[in-house]
Amino acid sequence: MTVRADEVAHHHRTPWFVKGKSGVVRRVHGAFPNPESRAHGGSGMPKRRLCQVEFRQSDIWGPKYRGRADDVLLADIFEQWLEPVPRG
Amino acid sequence: MPAVHDRGGLPTDQPIDRSEHEWADWEYVANALVGVLRRHEVINVDELRRGIEAMVPAEYESSSYYERWSASIETLLVEKGVLTTAEIDAVAARMDGLWRR
Amino acid sequence: MSSDHRHPPLLHADRSVRATRVLAIRQLLIDKGVVTAAEVDDVVARSRARTPADGAKVVARAWTDDAFRGRLLADARAAAREQGYRLSHDADLVVVENTAEVHHLIVCTLCSCYPTSLLGQPPDWYKSFAYRQRAVIEPRAVLREFGLELPAAMHLRVVDSTADVRYLVLPRRPPGTEGMSQDDLAGLVTRDSMIGVAEAHRPEGGRCACRGTS
Repeated sequence: MTVRADEVAHHHRTPWFVKGKSGVVRRVHGAFPNPESRAHGGSGMPKRRLCQVEFRQSDIWGPKYRGRADDVLLADIFEQWLEPVPRG
Repeated sequence: MPAVHDRGGLPTDQPIDRSEHEWADWEYVANALVGVLRRHEVINVDELRRGIEAMVPAEYESSSYYERWSASIETLLVEKGVLTTAEIDAVAARMDGLWRR
Repeated sequence: MSSDHRHPPLLHADRSVRATRVLAIRQLLIDKGVVTAAEVDDVVARSRARTPADGAKVVARAWTDDAFRGRLLADARAAAREQGYRLSHDADLVVVENTAEVHHLIVCTLCSCYPTSLLGQPPDWYKSFAYRQRAVIEPRAVLREFGLELPAAMHLRVVDSTADVRYLVLPRRPPGTEGMSQDDLAGLVTRDSMIGVAEAHRPEGGRCACRGTS
């Protein structure tokens, strides 16, 4: 999956450095109230699935990452931020 | 440019300072107030974070952890009409006066 | 409105404006009946009571009880409940296991999410900008600063707890601990080892002949 690269002004829990990056969903934690609604007076409903996504560090940071090529970073990303990896 | 709270990977030469400070009582109070206000559904954790993230960046960066919580608690309680800024000002001024005697 | 004289420890010469305002807010919320002083005091007492010793007991049991370890890795909330720990409903808990091949390091880059139910309040460094900024981009350098030199062959997995899940590391059981009781083992499990910036302690003294140089 690829993380949407959207710059949004409202509260959200997607760190900047994974936006636009592709990773693999390793587990689905279940559904949680949507913080993007609940932070702004909304009910948080409907709940959204929270996915643990694994990214290769070298895909996130490029050559700035000093470590093993297969080191990874795991982040929990809500489903509305994930879209299929573009083909091509 | 990432928002002020979105810190991952930002360049810094700072070593990690592993010294610990002993919590002042007001820090326990700030922590506990959030717990109780959440239980009563006056505020929720997403709002708390939103209030922190809405701080002026320079203030966010110069504040301690619970100073940021304190700022957000105040923002939310005033926004929700639970307290007014004037009330908080008045009680804070009186407390300052009492403690200075 | 009566001022509150019951808390002499609140008198701090160095309190900041924000500190005073927190105490003013507490007083106003009590006066208006939004919260009670007892409720606030109760949460303070409970947050003071929680320490990493709770997490250490869970780890020590996982080291000695394979079935429990399996349950802990599959459903940490249920396994912790089995041990008598009721986790808050606000966040879920996932335990990640360090092995001879894989090392996990936990951070929260967006704020300071931390498994307080089992570890108590996070250390100051966990909340620092330096840790939040560096742990994701140069984790091996960060670990080196903590005194942990990861072997080049070790696969490193950094976990950024960005949302509703709190992460706890199940550190590797140190060598030379065969036959130790769960209580003694728990004494080797440090807070830092459950964040992933350190390994669990090795036993001291004569029990451990494994690392002797010949």
